Amino acid sequence: MFELLGIPPQALFGQLLLGLINGAFYAMLSLGLAVIFGMLNVINFTHGAQYMMGAFAAWLMLTQLDIPFWAALVLSPLVVALFGILLEKVMLKRIYHLDHLYGFLLTFGLALIIEGSFQWKWGSSGAPYPSPIPGGTNLGFMYMPNYRAFVVVAALVICLATWYGIERTKFGAYLRAATENPTLVRAFGINVPRLITLTYGLGVGLAALAGVLAAPIQQVSALMGTNLVLVVFAVVVIGGMGSIMGSIVTGFGLGLVEGLTKVFYPPASNTVIFVVMAIVLLVKPAGLFGQSK
Amino acid sequence: MTSQRNIAVFLIALALIAPWFAYPVFLMKALCFALFACAFNLLLGYAGLMSFGHAMFFGMAGYFYGHVVKAWDLPPELGLLAGVAGAAALGLVTGALAIRRQGIYFAMITLAFAQMVYFFCVQAPFTGGEDGLQGIARKPLLGGLIPIKDDRVLYYVVLAIFLFGYVAIYRFIHSPFGQVLKAIRDNEQRAVSLGYEADRYKLLAFVLSAALAGLAGATKAMVMQFATLTDVSAAMSGEVVLMALVGGLGTIIGPVVGAFIIITMQNYLAATGEFVLVIQGVIFVVIVMAFRKGLVGELTDWWKSRRSAG
Repeated sequence: MFELLGIPPQALFGQLLLGLINGAFYAMLSLGLAVIFGMLNVINFTHGAQYMMGAFAAWLMLTQLDIPFWAALVLSPLVVALFGILLEKVMLKRIYHLDHLYGFLLTFGLALIIEGSFQWKWGSSGAPYPSPIPGGTNLGFMYMPNYRAFVVVAALVICLATWYGIERTKFGAYLRAATENPTLVRAFGINVPRLITLTYGLGVGLAALAGVLAAPIQQVSALMGTNLVLVVFAVVVIGGMGSIMGSIVTGFGLGLVEGLTKVFYPPASNTVIFVVMAIVLLVKPAGLFGQSK
Repeated sequence: MTSQRNIAVFLIALALIAPWFAYPVFLMKALCFALFACAFNLLLGYAGLMSFGHAMFFGMAGYFYGHVVKAWDLPPELGLLAGVAGAAALGLVTGALAIRRQGIYFAMITLAFAQMVYFFCVQAPFTGGEDGLQGIARKPLLGGLIPIKDDRVLYYVVLAIFLFGYVAIYRFIHSPFGQVLKAIRDNEQRAVSLGYEADRYKLLAFVLSAALAGLAGATKAMVMQFATLTDVSAAMSGEVVLMALVGGLGTIIGPVVGAFIIITMQNYLAATGEFVLVIQGVIFVVIVMAFRKGLVGELTDWWKSRRSAG
């Protein structure tokens, strides 16, 4: 059996796969944050809670209504996105004219309410979600659980589809134009407030979709998104929120960096992303893909 | 002005007799949080910098205090000093990095650094991990002159520390330094064009705020005799924002009022567990949607409009 730098290949590739999976979640979540921030000027602190809601909705659908994973993969993000749209209509809409700070605080408060209520109803210990594609494949150098391979591919497809939708379609063109100059786009007869609402729904739906994908890998629990959203903030600072592709690349890249750190220096694996953030702030304060203004 | 002076005299008199009517440990805890909230408000209310990671200064100072007093067996004065110096040093490093970005990014960066400090504290041997540092003895102050084992004696020490911090903040805000800070908050480009080096002012404000948050954290460790992960957690960073927000950002007494309200609320709701979080969330939402000036800000406005009407 060969070894790389004294690390058995199983451990190395296993951690790399884990890093890639974490990276997939970072990418999907930071993508949603970037899309929402671009349009609403709000940093959506509720993102982690909405990710958790996606996982919970799928779990409830399975255990209460016998709805299988594949249907939940579509239904759960829709339900959570509708909930997001409701939040936007009732609350967020009223604070766009204020400083960014208030959007941050409002969504932070909402996250506390959502996570607190879920914790109150279902406790904080997790519930397992059975893997929809059990088993694995022996690749020769490592054992690859089928579902995990699916998650990485699915996340890539979702990210690229979002990129395509925003950068290459007519709807995306409206969206980008409305981000640049909402007043002018309105003058062309496009319903910008509805566009904003839909954008928030889209971002929230992405978070929920990530949550459904995460359910069979992690335990479904009320606090599964609490720490994740903080890491995703660091990812967003590192990548800069200006570019969609930038968010995707940064997300996957940082997942891999984290995976490698777990192999070579485990104690730092929790903090490595924050260290990267500090370095990026020193070298390129606007973020890797951000434009300084 | 006389009415303000009357209120101040009344509040100080109230603070002096308070430990005979209320549980001193509760009062001391509330005073520590009040100082913490004032330190936070110095940054947000007067420099326009929203730090969402202030728990790192508060919590780390508690650990520094505990380590100096318990592991090194030194007197509490040195523990407090270590807490303040440690928090200021941490503030210098994180602040220098965070002020490279503005607005909401600043909040996210401070939050991320605080999370990094949290993970560090979970693993580092000197913090005691999940158990924290417990049983930090209350050794007498000033070489045996002030026996702080007695809660009421300690209360007056804590009150003095609080007043020191509060007056210091008052002096900062009303000094030329404070005026420049407000100018930068209101229009950074203009302040820069007038020749002020905005970044240096912001960094100094950040370090001062961190140091005072550290003073509050170290004092809390002295009172409660423990330092735990709760005080460095993101939830604590959120809590101090809530305190300042409830009382009123940019008002000097607001954070004190906010801290007393939130600590009292937690005291009564402690048994309900997760519900404290939900209620805190509801308060955040209600304040942002309807009472952005906070209690003191809204009351002042009401008072002013009543006087101008009458």
